Amino acid sequence: MPLLVISGLTVRYGAIQAVRGIDLAIEAGEVVAVLGANGAGKSTTLKAIVGLVAWGGEIHFDGASLQGRATEQIVRRGMTMVPEGRRVFPSLTVMENLTLGAAAHADGKAMPRNRAEAFELFPILAERREQRAGTLSGGQQQQLAIARALMSEPRLLLLDEPSLGLAPQIVDSIFELILRLKQRGQTILLVEQNVAAALDIADRAYVLANGMISMSGPAETLRASEQVARAYLGAAVEAAAP
Amino acid sequence: MNYFIEQTVNALSLGGTYALLALGLAVVFSILGMINFAHGALMTLTGYALVFASLVGLPFGVAAPIAVVFTMGSAVVLELVAFRPVRRASGATMLLTSFAVAVLLQLAFQIFISTRPQIVPLPALLTTAVDIGDISIGVNRLISIAVAVVVLLGLNVFLRRTTIGLAMRAAAEDFDVTRLMGIRADRVIATAFALSGLLAAIAAVLWIAQRSSVDPLMGMIPVLKAFIATTMGGLGSLLGAVLGGLLLGAIEIYLAAYLPDSALPFHGAITLGVVIVVLVVRPQGLVGPSRELAR
Repeated sequence: MPLLVISGLTVRYGAIQAVRGIDLAIEAGEVVAVLGANGAGKSTTLKAIVGLVAWGGEIHFDGASLQGRATEQIVRRGMTMVPEGRRVFPSLTVMENLTLGAAAHADGKAMPRNRAEAFELFPILAERREQRAGTLSGGQQQQLAIARALMSEPRLLLLDEPSLGLAPQIVDSIFELILRLKQRGQTILLVEQNVAAALDIADRAYVLANGMISMSGPAETLRASEQVARAYLGAAVEAAAP
Repeated sequence: MNYFIEQTVNALSLGGTYALLALGLAVVFSILGMINFAHGALMTLTGYALVFASLVGLPFGVAAPIAVVFTMGSAVVLELVAFRPVRRASGATMLLTSFAVAVLLQLAFQIFISTRPQIVPLPALLTTAVDIGDISIGVNRLISIAVAVVVLLGLNVFLRRTTIGLAMRAAAEDFDVTRLMGIRADRVIATAFALSGLLAAIAAVLWIAQRSSVDPLMGMIPVLKAFIATTMGGLGSLLGAVLGGLLLGAIEIYLAAYLPDSALPFHGAITLGVVIVVLVVRPQGLVGPSRELAR
């Protein structure tokens, strides 16, 4: 049975229907990408999964329905999200950010172990551990946001546009990092506008347009039909470009 | 010079009490974005708890902690009953709710207790003074300063060293992401109210230790001052609340001490004038507000 099963997911913001009936599933150990243009409903889908927006339809995580569950309850069941734009706690130190990341962890003793692991994965954070998160560069903040999420040892990690607003080199290093997490067996649902990079690391992908899934399949298949994908995303991608 | 030292002790004593009250307002504001005007009623509640504890024969040293714990509990109950249902409503709704709670409590005090001031018997120690050289300083003032310092240090440790303390600082910056850490929103908010109740209650005990009586409107004026202090310090900033409280206490005491007699009637106006000047020069307050206020 898949780790996460979504069927008929709908989300509306007032009069606007942002997500209109999405079916999606993730097996444990998979990296699944959700692609699409700005406003296609990608981020909204992630927010629905972690209970930050009201939704209709069905979401099951590890066999249990998430209907009516608060965000903190969902996180305690073993999934968390790295939000778009990083959103580290700027006035808290790197250490304090990491400590909060482990707050949901049932085993209090796991904290030092996970922190040591985070510092190994992100040496720069060890160097800056007493620094306020707001003083870090964008790339370092993204590392901290991911490290903070990993502190709770999530069975499912949701990444919302991890490459957004970062310099190209930094983007490469973030994708390398996601690849390393994948090799460690981390299950990941990745939302990205950087289609090529996302398809390089994902096992499977869904393409969203106007709140619906327009295409889905193994990453290679979608990459092979890149022309189709480009044709599909093209206009919107150009419109979204600065 | 001696006169100046005495007035400085008074300024620190009053400013410290304002700082505790302002902090209580700021703790709740930083997380909910709501100014809790029922904060003054919590002060008054502490006063009546003291009155009743004394009536049943408890000494002040026992009555005061009981009154403080009772007020903390009441603050948590208020959140549960009055504020939780409107948590997702607009700021105006929450503000009006806090006004409503303040008025209801005030009326309850007037109807069920008395409109007249009730006496709180103070231990003799609090009404004595110590002589240092040729300066005479009230013990209540010294205790008041010491308590404020201890509470501020304790709060600082709480906010830096405990997970729930960290969560409160985090929630003041980004409530949704704090929940993504698996931290229960209800717990953070309940803790904020418990903390504000604690601060209001301690301030109330210090306030009463200088006056030895309680009336239904007791908390109104000091909390109004605390509101001015938080605004001057920077709404939502805890450090700003402390600085604003101390500054307001200093302005009030020094003006009262050094204004010529003919200008004394304008004491309050001059105080507020200084506050206005501060806000014109720094509209965001002495310390800028926290970057993002929780919704």
